[in-house]
Amino acid sequence: MNATSCNHAKEADRFTADQPRVQWHDQALWFVRAKRDTAAHAVEEWEQLRETASQIKRHTLARLPEYLEQFEENALRLGAQVHWARDADEHNRIVLRILQQHGVHKLVKSKSMLTEECHLNPFLEQHGVEVVDTDLGERIVQLRSQPPSHIVLPAIHIKKEEVGQLFHQCLGTEPGATDPKYLTEAARGHLREKFLEAQAGLSGVNFAVAETGGVIVCTNEGNADLGTSLPRLHIACVGIEKIVPRAADLAVFLRLLARSATGQPITSYTSHFHGPISGGELHIVLVDNGRSRIRADRQFWESLKCIRCGACLNTCPVYRRSGGYSYQHTIPGPIGSVLGPLKDAKKNYSLPYACSLCGSCTDICPVKVPLHHQLLTWRGEIVRRGLLPWRKWLEMKAVSWVLRNRRRYQWSGKLARWAVRWMPRWMLYNRLNDWGKSRELPEFPRKSFRELYRNRNGRNQ
Amino acid sequence: MQVGLFIPCYIDQLFPDVGMATVEVLEKLGVQVDFPIEQTCCGQPMANTGCIEDTRPLAERFLAIFRDYPYVVCPSGSCVSMVRHHYEAYLAGRPGFEELKRKTMELCEFLVQVLGVERIDARFPHRVGLHNSCHGHRELRLGAASELVIRPYNKVRKLLESVDGIQLTELDRPDECCGFGGTFAVNEQAVSTLMGMDRLQDHQQAGSEVITAADMSCLMHLDGLIRRNGKPLRVMHVAQIFAGRPLPGSPQATSLAK
Repeated sequence: MNATSCNHAKEADRFTADQPRVQWHDQALWFVRAKRDTAAHAVEEWEQLRETASQIKRHTLARLPEYLEQFEENALRLGAQVHWARDADEHNRIVLRILQQHGVHKLVKSKSMLTEECHLNPFLEQHGVEVVDTDLGERIVQLRSQPPSHIVLPAIHIKKEEVGQLFHQCLGTEPGATDPKYLTEAARGHLREKFLEAQAGLSGVNFAVAETGGVIVCTNEGNADLGTSLPRLHIACVGIEKIVPRAADLAVFLRLLARSATGQPITSYTSHFHGPISGGELHIVLVDNGRSRIRADRQFWESLKCIRCGACLNTCPVYRRSGGYSYQHTIPGPIGSVLGPLKDAKKNYSLPYACSLCGSCTDICPVKVPLHHQLLTWRGEIVRRGLLPWRKWLEMKAVSWVLRNRRRYQWSGKLARWAVRWMPRWMLYNRLNDWGKSRELPEFPRKSFRELYRNRNGRNQ
Repeated sequence: MQVGLFIPCYIDQLFPDVGMATVEVLEKLGVQVDFPIEQTCCGQPMANTGCIEDTRPLAERFLAIFRDYPYVVCPSGSCVSMVRHHYEAYLAGRPGFEELKRKTMELCEFLVQVLGVERIDARFPHRVGLHNSCHGHRELRLGAASELVIRPYNKVRKLLESVDGIQLTELDRPDECCGFGGTFAVNEQAVSTLMGMDRLQDHQQAGSEVITAADMSCLMHLDGLIRRNGKPLRVMHVAQIFAGRPLPGSPQATSLAK
């Protein structure tokens, strides 16, 4: 539409051009979806868990200010230091200040979509801090200077051959190596050094418990534990929507999170941080960055219930075939298509349309974010704000005008059916016919249903 | 029993036999069918584009046309879902709207829930793959979605299973979207096509000869891909199977056409 907006369909074309890769990407993610199904179906009370989780989130969001203050009070009591960041910029500056105060120039990070959202890495690098992502997938995309293409499986779009090539260049592994075990060992060795050198560790947070002041980090690689216990300084960055009221609530969310994300009953490591390690410091940065605005939004506040499990990405038939980068937003897939326009509706206007409204995301979401309904609601907002390309808007105006009158509708139908039957193929199938690029049009019949029905009844009478 | 027959615009204009088959199925079961001629379209294309103000007059027309029928029956899950789940924005509080939502039903749903049909009196000796169209499946809940941990059921499949001679095939992904999605099919042509081709592949490996569904729109998209790519598959709406239509292209169908 214009230079500042991204068009998902156009971006998707880059990915779909390589069909074997699309098929591979689709199957890799469907494998995760199938694992999730097996894991979910093994829990008889799954639907009850989803409903409970949804209600806990609704309740918490309704009383978020109280719970945040309670969390701060308890975290301080445990000896943590708590910082509040209004936006990404303030978050980045707080982190940098903490690092500078401690003379840190080497930082290890475990997975955090929040710091991706805030573009923390480039900010710190500009200020002379070496940042190493220690989650294997994150490290792979970092070495390729790419953002993650998935919120749980950041390097899902990269094949093992490509990883082998990358590691050969960056880590000096054998040329042509593709064995995942060998490559993982190499990354492990490389990261061990980084862990030992690091002067501080930064982690994301999956849950922050108001009644205890503790933060919980779920990983499969144990990298968050290593990164936050070797160095004396741990910075935990938390989106304010990550609060849960009670420790007991974790019993609900932890059962849902890993099953929904990867089909595991629980992540390999679920680390509870209650205050700093002895002799160390724990800094918790609570980040708003637009969340208060979403919370106040009558239509889209439920998107804040999201626990970033990625299940909606794995199940989304569009995401699986268009890849994470086609969304041009930190968080791709259905949830990203709701959050993207909340951040910048003009830039991300096409995301709510990158969806066939199949509803699979809504049914899979462990906290019952009504994702496809929110995407449909967004489309109404896009039109209301005048962000829909004018051609589409005009088309719909014209179609609606025809359909508002029975005779106009009947005559238009008759004319179209007649024209399509008589038009030569080259006139029907051209670059204006997006349908016909890959499919045949239906065979346009001589008579409509209403004509057949009238004829039959006429005969009967 | 009298029902108002709601025939979606694209079925009216492009697939008249699906409408006729619906009439025949209902009449054979003793239902008195009335087709109010003033109807045009439920407004879903406009609504799904977000053009709310262009949808409103169509929703209002729909209520005026259908409000006095005891039931409104339609051979499309998607269009029924539009009325039941998405008219709220246009018609909330209007007299007759709550009743309209309750009594507007997709064909299979009406057969099973209102008429209590357990067996369809038809013969179709072919291998048939059921495409669970998303709006019927996940919005009207015609069947248990694979994402949910609930007791499995499927109203459309149950009716199909009762058809004489039919063999239903088993798909790898029984309820993945075909990629039609209304204007999505043209806005996201490439992704839509890949989704459709994957469905066809699944049906082929499962041995389907015919793909059937409670929504002709998905089948229109799949058929477009079948014909473009010369796939050995056919599409038929469930109403056509219930009405005893022969397999398109079979000797029986050809002799009938003559």
